[in-house]
Amino acid sequence: MGTSGQIPGRTEGYRVHLENFDGPLDLLLHLIRRSEMNIYDIPIAQITEQYLEMIQDLDDLDIDRASEFLVMAATLLGIKSRMLLPKPPRLTDDLPDEEAEADPREELVRQLVAYSQFKEAAEALRAREQEMARIYTRGFFAEEPGGPPPLQGLTLEDLVRAFQEVLKEEWNWREVPREEIPLREKVREISFLLGRSPGGIRFRDLFTRGGSRREVVVTFLALLELMRRGRAVAVQEGLFGEILIRRSEASPRASSEGMAEV
Amino acid sequence: MIWNHGTAILEALLLASPEPLSLKRIAEVIGLEEREARILLEDLRRQYEEPGRGICIREMAGGYVLTTRPEYADYVERLLQPKARGLSHAALETLAIIAYRQPVTKPEIEGVRGVKVDRIVESLLERRLIREMGRKEGPGRPVLYGTTQEFLQYFGLKDLSELPPVAVDNSDPGLILKRREEAAGGSGDRADAQGESQPEQSEAE
Repeated sequence: MGTSGQIPGRTEGYRVHLENFDGPLDLLLHLIRRSEMNIYDIPIAQITEQYLEMIQDLDDLDIDRASEFLVMAATLLGIKSRMLLPKPPRLTDDLPDEEAEADPREELVRQLVAYSQFKEAAEALRAREQEMARIYTRGFFAEEPGGPPPLQGLTLEDLVRAFQEVLKEEWNWREVPREEIPLREKVREISFLLGRSPGGIRFRDLFTRGGSRREVVVTFLALLELMRRGRAVAVQEGLFGEILIRRSEASPRASSEGMAEV
Repeated sequence: MIWNHGTAILEALLLASPEPLSLKRIAEVIGLEEREARILLEDLRRQYEEPGRGICIREMAGGYVLTTRPEYADYVERLLQPKARGLSHAALETLAIIAYRQPVTKPEIEGVRGVKVDRIVESLLERRLIREMGRKEGPGRPVLYGTTQEFLQYFGLKDLSELPPVAVDNSDPGLILKRREEAAGGSGDRADAQGESQPEQSEAE
């Protein structure tokens, strides 16, 4: 059909890379908006052609993402070919289900509309996120230990004992098939939390209720890792008191987020 | 007696509370009716609106919280580690789907986004912005996901009804939660957590 030269809205040197799109629907939406198509009456031949052209640099993507784009290509081609077929004679008009079958684009349109709504919702959330990024709360932590200086470094055994207490509690152990929780992420999460809570965080509050056993263990490992790196200290105010985890003042190089070897 | 010190007491409570303080709790602690507690709160809030204050009261995650004013973020960030980078586009989209459609399963999310979401869902769980809410009956009994208190705090929302309104596609009413009627205008929905722009709750009499 050879219209690829004059796709509307296309300018010289304007090239969008596939990896900038969150998926096939994102790409389709972009194409629809670029050509100012009516989303409820998509010119399927035109959009298919544009789509196929766009996914030519599919090789840049990893196989999983590439396959998502390919599935959509197949869907588009399927719709296009069904649009070309003569319509079967309608038996009745009042069944919505049958009507849905009448237009092969229906399902895709529904998907696109839903997707664009959530995209809009995501943008609204982004605005709130940015607003909140400028706002600090006192940090939600336990009572700040006052009075006499808390005994700093308790022994590892104390900590392990506390952890065993946590394990004994009424966790709803679920067996989740191999949920991967990267230690690195957990380390980052905990140090983020500590950064936000100058008064420290209660040891037991580090552990998510309802989390998997694996997560509890990874959380503990991450805490040990932070302590090893001197970025966190455990503080206990008195015998059998709450153990507080605090960011260590000792290391001002808070910017080196990178995980050491391991 | 209480009335002389009411706002001062409330201020002390807000500072001391480790979590957002609900009106109910405030009333309980001070020994007031909720209605009276609300008046105190509005009083204190108005005091904080006076020029020269570095903090203000915000309603979020089902309660009231003292927060720094956004104008002074630069200074606060010299003191504390700046907040982590915002969420990625993909993460926000996924979170939006979960927030508006909860409880929702992974396949349902993938149906909307058209891509796999395993990794994103996992990292949202890690950040505690979402949680598992049991399993859906049916083949495979997939896990259901929903948002958390941390989610509300992260976005500074009072509750889920305060989610930013989005357009509803009438062809499928179940697609998205109902748009809040009062926000149907489309804009100006953001500032009302602060009650600055002509608050509707000037019923404080």
